[in-house]
Amino acid sequence: MEHYISLLLKAIFIENMALAFFLGMCTFLAISKKVEAATGLGIAVVVVLTVTVPVNNLIYNNILREGALSWAGLPNVDLSFLGLITYIGVIAAIVQIMEMVLDKYIPALYSALGVFLPLITVNCAILGAALFMVERDYSFGESVVYGFGAGVGWALAIIALAGIREKLKYSDVPDGLRGLGITFITVGLMSLGFMSFSGISL
Amino acid sequence: MAEVNAKQVLFEPIFSNNPIGLQILGICSALAVTTSMSVTIVMCLSVIAVTACSNLAVSLARTQIPASIRIIVQMTIIASLVIVVDQVLKAYAYEISKQLSVFVGLIITNCIVMGRAEGFAMQNGPWLSFLDGVGNGVGYSVMLLFVAFFRELLGAGSLFGVTLLTPVNEGGWYITNGLLLLPPSAFFIIGLAIWGLRTWMPEQVEEPDFKMSRHTHKEAF
Repeated sequence: MEHYISLLLKAIFIENMALAFFLGMCTFLAISKKVEAATGLGIAVVVVLTVTVPVNNLIYNNILREGALSWAGLPNVDLSFLGLITYIGVIAAIVQIMEMVLDKYIPALYSALGVFLPLITVNCAILGAALFMVERDYSFGESVVYGFGAGVGWALAIIALAGIREKLKYSDVPDGLRGLGITFITVGLMSLGFMSFSGISL
Repeated sequence: MAEVNAKQVLFEPIFSNNPIGLQILGICSALAVTTSMSVTIVMCLSVIAVTACSNLAVSLARTQIPASIRIIVQMTIIASLVIVVDQVLKAYAYEISKQLSVFVGLIITNCIVMGRAEGFAMQNGPWLSFLDGVGNGVGYSVMLLFVAFFRELLGAGSLFGVTLLTPVNEGGWYITNGLLLLPPSAFFIIGLAIWGLRTWMPEQVEEPDFKMSRHTHKEAF
């Protein structure tokens, strides 16, 4: 149990997807002008990550991995080079299915997430988490915790940035820095703040 | 006319419509792989190859792709190209591909590739699309190399792994600035680069959300 808690905290704070690995930056910068939009997107990312990372984990361990096909009588087959195309396919499919399920059963959440749900397919944080999961060889349980933690970390970062930007728009920024430039510098300072977590060893 | 057009398509993205500086595309990898020049160059070449080839392929197939499933078709084309790049790197530049770790795979979701395929290649012919892919790839590379130059030179005192400023702990005089090797510095450098670019080309400056009214002083009486 302790192992899972430390993995969760590590995924949320120390290895924050957005601020330590720069994943999902495009959406991170584009959709952080308002706190509500950022919250909606954050929740969508948490949900999608919690589902896709474990699913990709199962696919990797039971089909793609070297020797994983021995149950089908093919012990020498190594399909790991197909990884990239499989993960992205799985992510696109799951996002599509989730969209339909939410539309049917939880329309309130569906309309709250709106356009962000399909956009998530091309969010690097989702594919990045799947690739990190493979690289670090997580078990199924670990991948569930990792997916959830990574999503929460990303959501936390985007909501915090949106909060700062809402205040920032009233400030007098030099012309050339206005908009994108000052946002980069703000994110840099946030990232510096999050680095203080890196001293924690779990 | 066609020639001028091709030239514009190739050179415009480099400074005046830079994918990172103006279009906000492909920032994720721009930050993560820029700690040393040699790694950055490999990343840039991979991205140029992928954007150019994917633009070409999407453009060739554009009349055949049904609009409703175009995203998944583009995704498949891009993913296949990235797998090729990944396998080539693993075969010929194993050390560097280890350092790039997941970021080669992440070219798939790099918005530059998707954005140009969707935004340009779907409407234009193969040759122009190819040039647009190269141009955007180069624009991305210019920004990346700029960031990597400062990070490696000031952070480790070297360029391409060759020591230029001998650091103090090797008996030299240069005190390395460790911050530049850490993630936050990339944000600062890009922020400042954007500032520089927009000072040079003021038409890129964004409109303020709120106009500051002048502070006018009035006497109390």
